[in-house]
Amino acid sequence: MASTDFSHQMPVAGANQAGFERSKVLFARIHIDLPLLILLIVLCASGLLILYSASGQSIAMVQKQAIHYLIGFTVLVVAAQIPPRIYQLLAPWAYLLGILALIGVLVMGVTGKGAQRWLAIPGLPRFQPSELMKLALPLLVAWYMATKGSPPKLFTLAKAMVLIAIPLVLILKQPDLGTSILIGTSGLIVLFFAGMPWWIIFSMIGTVAACAPLMWFFVMHSYQKQRVLTFLNPESDPLGSGWNIIQSKTAIGSGGIEGKGWMQGTQSQLEFLPESHTDFIIAVLAEELGLIGVLLLLTLYFLILLRGLHIAAKCSTLFGRLLSGSLIVTFFIYVFVNIGMVSGLLPVVGVPLPLVSWGGTSVVSLLAGFGIMMSMYTHDVK
Amino acid sequence: MRGNSFRNKQAEQRLFRSRAIFITIFIFILLSVLASRIAFLQIVEHQKYQDLSENNRIQLRPIAPNRGLIYDRNGVLLAENVPSYSLTLVKERVNDVDSTLSYLKSLISISERDEEQFLKRLKYRRRPYEAVVVKYQLTEEEIAQVMVNRFYLPGIDVEARLVRHYPEGELTVHALGYVGRINEKETQRLDKKQYSATKHIGKLGIEKRYEEALHGQVGYQKVETNARGRILQVIEQVDPVPGKDLVLHLDLRLQKAAAKAMEGYRGAVVAIDVATGGILTQYSNPSYNPNSFVTGISHKEYSGLRKNPDLPLFNRAIRGQYPPASTLKPFLGLSFLEAGAVTWKDKIADNGWYKLENDDRLYRDWKRTGHGHVDLHDAIVESCDTYFYDAAFKTTVDEISPFLAKFGFGRNMTLDVPNALSGLLPDREWKKDKRRRSWYAGDTLNLGIGQGFMLATPMQLATATAVLAAKGEWHTPRLMDTLGGDSTVDDSKALDNIILKDPKNWDKMFKAMDAVITSYKGTGRSLRHNLNFTMAAKTGTSQVVSIAQHEEYDSETMAERNRDHALFVAFAPVENPTIAIAVIVENGESAGRTAGPVAKAVMQEYLLGAQG
Repeated sequence: MASTDFSHQMPVAGANQAGFERSKVLFARIHIDLPLLILLIVLCASGLLILYSASGQSIAMVQKQAIHYLIGFTVLVVAAQIPPRIYQLLAPWAYLLGILALIGVLVMGVTGKGAQRWLAIPGLPRFQPSELMKLALPLLVAWYMATKGSPPKLFTLAKAMVLIAIPLVLILKQPDLGTSILIGTSGLIVLFFAGMPWWIIFSMIGTVAACAPLMWFFVMHSYQKQRVLTFLNPESDPLGSGWNIIQSKTAIGSGGIEGKGWMQGTQSQLEFLPESHTDFIIAVLAEELGLIGVLLLLTLYFLILLRGLHIAAKCSTLFGRLLSGSLIVTFFIYVFVNIGMVSGLLPVVGVPLPLVSWGGTSVVSLLAGFGIMMSMYTHDVK
Repeated sequence: MRGNSFRNKQAEQRLFRSRAIFITIFIFILLSVLASRIAFLQIVEHQKYQDLSENNRIQLRPIAPNRGLIYDRNGVLLAENVPSYSLTLVKERVNDVDSTLSYLKSLISISERDEEQFLKRLKYRRRPYEAVVVKYQLTEEEIAQVMVNRFYLPGIDVEARLVRHYPEGELTVHALGYVGRINEKETQRLDKKQYSATKHIGKLGIEKRYEEALHGQVGYQKVETNARGRILQVIEQVDPVPGKDLVLHLDLRLQKAAAKAMEGYRGAVVAIDVATGGILTQYSNPSYNPNSFVTGISHKEYSGLRKNPDLPLFNRAIRGQYPPASTLKPFLGLSFLEAGAVTWKDKIADNGWYKLENDDRLYRDWKRTGHGHVDLHDAIVESCDTYFYDAAFKTTVDEISPFLAKFGFGRNMTLDVPNALSGLLPDREWKKDKRRRSWYAGDTLNLGIGQGFMLATPMQLATATAVLAAKGEWHTPRLMDTLGGDSTVDDSKALDNIILKDPKNWDKMFKAMDAVITSYKGTGRSLRHNLNFTMAAKTGTSQVVSIAQHEEYDSETMAERNRDHALFVAFAPVENPTIAIAVIVENGESAGRTAGPVAKAVMQEYLLGAQG
């Protein structure tokens, strides 16, 4: 019923100041943050334009992606309606379910591309439990930290670390280093917002730096090592594993300031750029719309992050703040890792560009996250 | 309690806010890092990546020039370019190379060697989507088999390119040589740009000699391709410049006549155009088919050629070095006259042998009973050895050798015949240098009948005969008449014309050589029958094994391979010579019966053509 009001009110919204105020109230009532929603829609719309070019003018792919966005925004709206206490209630169960699913993957998972990541339960669509964990872990840690208050005691932090470590190790075993680091980080961000002392933060960073060489010898698989080696020197194997990064850097660099023009990028249109519609889509933008296009996109992301952090800080509950903060920073990490990887700053890890890369799962789960943030922001808790 | 919790809440909010501000700054910094990174790539390194991107997109594809054609003097095509079809495979488009290969094997025959070579080529460094040849030289049937099943063979294609073909194969190979695939050693030596699209290079003969001109200039196509190597459009094209066509002095009719006359013999024929030095015939028998070498000869075929005791690969015309024997006598005779050692009137009495003072050895004449009283004319006509022993002794090697050198003996005089050997013209210095012995009078006697150390190739004999026929006028022997329509040649190699003290000696020598055929005593008298033109000639019989002092030469009991070589030099017509020829038939014994008729047949073809 709220949505019918929404469509009814829209034309009036800009008509006068009073109308605008009314619509603001209305959006608060349907638990939507209008500025964030508009920014997200602009981002998704730009994503469709880039995708149209990156997919080689495939209307079918654009339509499919539009449907992904449609589903995603529906999920966002629905997620925003669910009051925070439900999420609080769900948090431990989602986490438990996620852990069970991860164990299930290791025991009876489906292997794809050399790693066991998929769980095929009869009657359910095949899915990656690690995707579930991306939401479940920050949910649980935020819930746990919220019950303990802020700033946390050291013992509380230690227990939270264990909760983070369990799924991390399980995902690492699949093996999926990238995802496990990202998920672990999303948990740690909750702790950061909860007020983890700086000395712990710095000693953790120090420990990770010290352990990196050990990881090389004991944790990383040969294909992961190969990626790092390729990252350090892509020219060592220009036609093999170095091809992707050389081609994406070439696409970006050749774009120049103004770009070659939409749908005029030779690197992407002539298929030199691999994965141009998924992980490397920013290279298409950089080639065709140049530095101007990239800066516009980065600004858009920055505005979304600012608004996200703003509404996180404005949440009335600690749980809401911690969860929202974690979700928005994780969103940023995706952006950073993806663009860093495509531009050759970071090794190649399979991270899509949030809300722009082609793919249903990531679009829906990201928009669901924004829905949860809106829920935390718009529901007043007495 | 309530106030405390409220204060806690405020503290919590403050803490969160400070952390959020920290994170905002952190995010801003990291986004700025990304922006700077992109800006670095797009501004500072823009040119570099611009070039890389252009290189990706734009490819220069070299286009091989068509090799120049080779014609004989009458415009008959001797070397042409015909399309040849190869089966190619693009690895990136093939799902499984092994299964594709076994499917192909069920369609066409792919030998183990083909497969081995293909797998080797597959391992070479190449661009992605570059085609690799599976099998060369498909037959029409094989092409059809592959094309019909093409739907089941993604990544498999049939590629056409022009390859060299020699329509007259065996007839011309010892003059033309052949082209073959460029090997690794040649790759290092060749101009990388010019040969970027070329697969074959002249390996031997005229193909090797005029490689640069025959090859032409490489062209290129600037094309836009996608990552799969598919050509999207041609942006610019510079056509290759075809190689220059080469017209030779060689006469295919004479080659045919020579081959026909030489059937069953091992030997060689070289005929030269007296007026120009143009090589009309350069034929060595047995021969082989050069077309096998163009596309890659099989091991079996090659070792068959190599092991053949008749040595078909051996180019006797330019690399066969034989004692010229009596065919050297006209030149020797002129040297005696020039040195003033003899005159046409001087006579000797021949008892069948010659003996030096202080030497027990008998230098025998080929005719046991001797020729009686002979002068130089008779000595040429009857090929009297005794006369030549005596005259050579009187003339000495110091006069003979330099004079023979004027006719090109002892060096390779050819202008454009690669790998031709230079024979051997002995003198005192040579013997001292190479044999560490001094020159004996006996050596002079042996030289006096064209035996001993003296060696000459059929090419050298023909050249000397042509110079003789031209009365000392030198024309460097050459195969090329015109190259791309241009007939200028570098003739710096030519020797000085030979001027005799008494030019009448030329005519007198012609007369003597004419009498070799026409006189009833002449060694070539058997050729007189059905001879429709005049011919000046000299026969020769060169010993393969030296015969001990008092033994008789018995051809019946001697193994065929130990029989004497038959040699024959001639020019015709005597009044106005146009063609000079040298023929050798290995183990042919009698020049009048073997080598002579070959020379006659070739000259007949040249002078009288079809009417003959």
